[in-house]
Amino acid sequence: MTSRLYAITLNTFREAVRDRVLYNLILFVLVLVGCAPLFGQISIGLERLILINVGLSSISFFGVIIAIFVGIGLVAKEIDKKTLYTILSRPVRRWEFIVGKYFGLMMTLVVNTILMTVGFYIALLVTAHGLKRTDANLLAAIYFIILQFVMIVALTLLFSSFSTPIFSAIFAFALFVIGTFAEDLKNFAAISEGMVKWLAMGTAYIVPNFASLNVISMAAHDGAITTGLIFSNTLYALLYSAAVTAGAVLIFERRNLK
Amino acid sequence: MKSRTKVTIVAGGLAIALFAGSIISRRQVERQRGNEATLEDVLFLPSGKTVKRLSLGYSGLLADIYWTRAVQYFGSKHLNHSQQYSLLYPLLDITTDLDPKLIVAYEYGSVFLSQKPPDGAGQPDKAVALVEKGIRANPEYWRLYFTLGFVHYIDRHDLEKAQAAFEKGSRVPGALPWMKVMAARMAEHRKDINTSIMLWQAVYETTPDKDVKATAQLHLDSLQAERDISELERRVESYRQRTGNSPSSWGDLIRGGVIPGVPLAPKGEPYVLKPGGKVDVADSSKYRYLGEWRGNQELPF
Repeated sequence: MTSRLYAITLNTFREAVRDRVLYNLILFVLVLVGCAPLFGQISIGLERLILINVGLSSISFFGVIIAIFVGIGLVAKEIDKKTLYTILSRPVRRWEFIVGKYFGLMMTLVVNTILMTVGFYIALLVTAHGLKRTDANLLAAIYFIILQFVMIVALTLLFSSFSTPIFSAIFAFALFVIGTFAEDLKNFAAISEGMVKWLAMGTAYIVPNFASLNVISMAAHDGAITTGLIFSNTLYALLYSAAVTAGAVLIFERRNLK
Repeated sequence: MKSRTKVTIVAGGLAIALFAGSIISRRQVERQRGNEATLEDVLFLPSGKTVKRLSLGYSGLLADIYWTRAVQYFGSKHLNHSQQYSLLYPLLDITTDLDPKLIVAYEYGSVFLSQKPPDGAGQPDKAVALVEKGIRANPEYWRLYFTLGFVHYIDRHDLEKAQAAFEKGSRVPGALPWMKVMAARMAEHRKDINTSIMLWQAVYETTPDKDVKATAQLHLDSLQAERDISELERRVESYRQRTGNSPSSWGDLIRGGVIPGVPLAPKGEPYVLKPGGKVDVADSSKYRYLGEWRGNQELPF
């Protein structure tokens, strides 16, 4: 089982790299290198802050875009090219296919994020002429961005297991947007009453909470990110994505592929 | 010529010509819309809270963009010696809604807002509102209390509120001891030029920004010249009372032992002794804020 999962994971990663997904790194480096001195000229007192905000927001945004646009094709492409039938005719279970695809895309995103992080720290080193101890907090913010990907990949896979690529992209992006409002939904539930209260509360817990994973501003202002928050967010992201992936497996197991 | 080459040449030529045409038409559009059209677009959503919700979590990045917009807006108005800075406060308000920890927006934003036109918006009340918002979001940052006291004293001439601000700031852990000194001076209701010099000196020494430093230097030069002129005119008067004649040059005062040498202004050039005993600087353009104090003897700012 492990070797089959590993093979699907590695193939998904290779396919993404072959699709020139990592080209975004060039754009990322250009954005970082270009923006820091530029904003230093047209703004006041923000060089480092802008570099951090642009750097971390780019890592997050490019990652979400890759997760959605690569994720929507993971199942559909295999069906279109009829390669899925070749895979499933071998001793590969449907759930192994889904989970392998999940890990493959995650591997792509993690490699992408690591490379971006290296570029980001080099830019920070050059702009700020050195690193501070609090710059380590930025690693926690990047870790939370990876947790974001853990959830968004699971959601994209869920939608692509039963829908067309275009609708999968719309659904996944819509959930990403709604997920950034998750805490507002809870606040709305708190001030509502009766049925509306329970509906709002239920929705707040069903949609992914991306708001709590976004600590870019806090990290940019050298705010400390507690180990408690790191632990809780990790646990939440893993449980939520595992539940969504289980849902994707459930749907794909019952899907008629004829 | 092969048909493929023909197509390449025609398409390439068309692409260049059409792109050049698009630049010309865009310049036409920009001329018709005016300089501030883009800023009006920025303020299409006047609520920072709405912008924050629409930022999809990237509010820090948006705050940086809005702050840059505010700086650009202020800079363009300042260069044109404008008397109206109507979009400045909304831009700063949205910026600080998006990122309440963006200290530079409170510190520099309040300077932009409080100074009299054309140097600033001439809205010290809005500067106070901005700094108070900053203090609510960053109560541990004592320098914002200094900024608040500064605006109350220099721009609003409200000594009681200035005293309260310096006093509260001096109680914040890590605050520098001179915050207590400032609070004490306000408590004494010392409406003297030395207090103004101390405040501008503090701004000059603590700001990392070269433009703010230059403004502080201009104020310091003007205030020091103001103080020198006042002292020199007092000495001229004492000479006149002693000799019964007005001095015709600095030499008369030096020979009379009233002053040790030709007095120099902060920029290094000699002061001018005018007929009738009045003293002035040689080049008033170097001392833009000179005369503000003389125009208001009761409140020397």
